Amino acid sequence: MATRIRRSAAPVVALTPSILIVLLAYVGTMLWTIWISFTSSRLLPVNSFAGSAQYERLFGDPRWLLAVQNLALFGVLFIGICLVLGFLLAVAIDQRVRAEDSLRTIFLYPHALSFIVTGLVWQWMMNPTLGIQESIQALGWTSFRFDWVVRRDMAIYAVVIAGVWQSAGLVMALMLAGLRGVDEELWKAARVDGIPTWRVYVSIVLPLLKPMIVTSVVLLSIAVVKVYDLVVALTNGGPGTATAVPAKFVMDYLFERQNIGLAASASTVMLVTVLCVLAPWLYSEYFRKAKGSAA
Amino acid sequence: MSTVTQTLAPATLDRAAAHRGRRPRKLTAGRVGLYAFLALSAAFFLLPLYIMVVTSLKTMDEIRLAEIFAFPAAPTLDAWVAAWSTACTGLDCSGIQVGFLNSVKILLPSLVLSIGLGAVTGYALSLWKIRGANLLFAVLLLGAFIPYQVFIYPLVRMFSMVGLYGTLPGIVLVHVIFGLPIMTLLFRNFYSSLPPELFKAARVDGGGFWQIFVHVLLPMSTPILIVAAILQVTGIWNDFILGLVFAGRENLPMTVQLNNIVNSAQGEKLYNVNMAATILTALVPLAVYFLSGRWFVRGIAAGSVKG
Repeated sequence: MATRIRRSAAPVVALTPSILIVLLAYVGTMLWTIWISFTSSRLLPVNSFAGSAQYERLFGDPRWLLAVQNLALFGVLFIGICLVLGFLLAVAIDQRVRAEDSLRTIFLYPHALSFIVTGLVWQWMMNPTLGIQESIQALGWTSFRFDWVVRRDMAIYAVVIAGVWQSAGLVMALMLAGLRGVDEELWKAARVDGIPTWRVYVSIVLPLLKPMIVTSVVLLSIAVVKVYDLVVALTNGGPGTATAVPAKFVMDYLFERQNIGLAASASTVMLVTVLCVLAPWLYSEYFRKAKGSAA
Repeated sequence: MSTVTQTLAPATLDRAAAHRGRRPRKLTAGRVGLYAFLALSAAFFLLPLYIMVVTSLKTMDEIRLAEIFAFPAAPTLDAWVAAWSTACTGLDCSGIQVGFLNSVKILLPSLVLSIGLGAVTGYALSLWKIRGANLLFAVLLLGAFIPYQVFIYPLVRMFSMVGLYGTLPGIVLVHVIFGLPIMTLLFRNFYSSLPPELFKAARVDGGGFWQIFVHVLLPMSTPILIVAAILQVTGIWNDFILGLVFAGRENLPMTVQLNNIVNSAQGEKLYNVNMAATILTALVPLAVYFLSGRWFVRGIAAGSVKG
């Protein structure tokens, strides 16, 4: 009897640290942040309910609106370019090319680097007086501009380039695994029928890669919502506020501009956005299948 | 995420070694275009690495010539030495070695503790029937995706209440907390994929929770431990935001110190020193990447959920 109790208790004991972490560090902090977003907290958190006042301020704040707009622009371009480039690279590598392993290593290594390193390198390359721009202009192409990090209208595209450089290899790796999973018979059949290779890729292979594409989009979307380090290293949100993003908006209001309530409402908006992207995907990918093959 | 896990299965990865079709004999226009595309792409991905390295080997006089692509006339390691031992953050000029040591001090305990906790949690959630296990797992899974900004401020308050804010144990605990979802997921999926007879046989033989874990499962966990270690070493080393907020002035990790050196330098900017410091910061994850080869692909594909 005693052993049975000990046995059934052990797993629960083992889970205690994780349960505590989930309750305190995840659920507790999340609820606290949501609550604070409905109070009039400024420098310090207070418990005076203020309804949606913080949200009204938030969406009346041009900095926040710019941050949201930047995030949308960055997100669409970053995800779009990563997907297209990653897919093309995977297809190209899949054509029995020489030095396949080296190419794969080259396309993927930036993903091992931090966004800080990524941002700092690209900042140096886009240096307006000593960087790539100056070298290309010296070659005779005098109208060449690659000083995007210091231009208000182009800085967000600089973030896109650096982001794509860091993440396209990930999509390549995922897509390549998918391509290698395509049945060899399918290729033989298409060859027999005389269907051009590009047509097979577009009409047959691409639909087969749907799970890889969905996974890539979800992974990249999460990176988009979280984007912070890259912007800090590359432009520090500038020039001016040109590359403001929500994550940086929250950090600035939490630790520099001392407005906890506004920061909490901004992070709650981020939370809701992520949940909207995630909930359907997690449900369909994880729990529906888990039920189907219930262990 | 199950798609991710599928791509991580050894079978799929091994198939990745198989080529499609025969290698064409003739060099057609299409093949030339293909290789041109691959070469251009390779140049795009390699360019920043090349520029980082050559810049770090130049003198400032040479850098002022504004020939960023040029190979250094007389390569020198002076900038590397300066970056390591005398580069300044504010008034403190003891080089990026301070950040390196801090990162090591943060990494080692965080690595061991987060993998240990993740392994035990994943094991308990996968092989034992526990009430509420699915709920716990669902919350953890969501936690992997939610931006840190939602958690950071309340955690700062909690940590300062118990005196952990701005301390080494504090930042280690933060890494354990935010590493838990992905570590749990890895080990849960790995243990679920093992043949169930194994676990049943161990139960029939009277094995208890810890006995089965230590004597049956751990010895066969090497592959997933490698993946977990790759993920956590690169993830923790590359972390910026958590180190910035939680580590405290004395323990700032290398990434934070690097950003301080490069972006808040007063006086003349020493681009060669900056680039040397940047490479030094990138060395650990790069070494992990080049040494681990295919393992890395499994790691990042699973680990990217951390963003």
